[in-house]
Amino acid sequence: MFKYFEPNKIFSITSKAPKYVLALFLIIFTIGLIESLVLSPEDYKQSHSVRIMYVHVPAAWITLGIFSSITLLSIVGYIFKIKNFFLISKSLAPSGFIFNIIALVTGSIWGKPTWGTWWAWDARITSMLILALFYGLYLLAWRIYQDKEQVFKITCLITILGIINVPIIKYSVDWWNTLHQPASINILSKSSIHSSMLFPLMIMTAAFALFSLLIFLMKYNTELIKIKNKGLDRL
Amino acid sequence: MINELINMDGYGIYVWSAFIFTLFNFISLYAVIKLQYKREREKFKLKFGTLDSEKASSAKLQSINKEILSNSSII
Repeated sequence: MFKYFEPNKIFSITSKAPKYVLALFLIIFTIGLIESLVLSPEDYKQSHSVRIMYVHVPAAWITLGIFSSITLLSIVGYIFKIKNFFLISKSLAPSGFIFNIIALVTGSIWGKPTWGTWWAWDARITSMLILALFYGLYLLAWRIYQDKEQVFKITCLITILGIINVPIIKYSVDWWNTLHQPASINILSKSSIHSSMLFPLMIMTAAFALFSLLIFLMKYNTELIKIKNKGLDRL
Repeated sequence: MINELINMDGYGIYVWSAFIFTLFNFISLYAVIKLQYKREREKFKLKFGTLDSEKASSAKLQSINKEILSNSSII
């Protein structure tokens, strides 16, 4: 099954896909911006500051999703010796890192009018900062180590250590008394968020997911060309 | 209406700075990745141009190489 993921076979798709993904992203993102900045209602407690949620929450969800995917791909890639999985992981990391930074900074901006402070060493915020450090280490490892086997081993180790932090981020608001509010959206039980706010949130999440797909495709194509450049040197 | 949208009852500074920060990061990341792609593709074209005809035709047998050369714009 893995042979279908071979770079030579999928490049024809990955090289053409970005322009369609970009067009779709621009459409969805524009709708999302109008919904979240103009059409969605203000919160009875937080007033207009609740609108920050439409960039903060999708960014946090996607950064967690990307890190989990990177970990899974790295582990499977390492066990079954599938180099392409490492390439996919490497291409996913930049957008994951940027979304982590966006989640931290927008969270800090949201904190000022809501809690009266830009930053607190609260369990959720601190664990998100630790995730950013793991992303940083992961990206740094790809820059530092030239030997493929070594970089595969080290990045795999970083993701395994980093994934321990993911459930801590998720459940930190339940396990400890934190400034951060508990989850408003639950897949298994009824969400406490009103549909007028849930709709723009979902639109923005879709837009952010499309953006990370776009960056992934562009980065993946770049990495493939890099490999082909090395191949030409050997000819 | 416009003033209300900008001011947002005093919360505008927070809301707009969060959205502008997000947008700035999107544009920066996109620009950096696109630049990296362009640079690698130019390098590939340059290296391909220096190959002799025999090596070039053998390299062209790989569909991915043909795709890189023909795919004039990624976006």
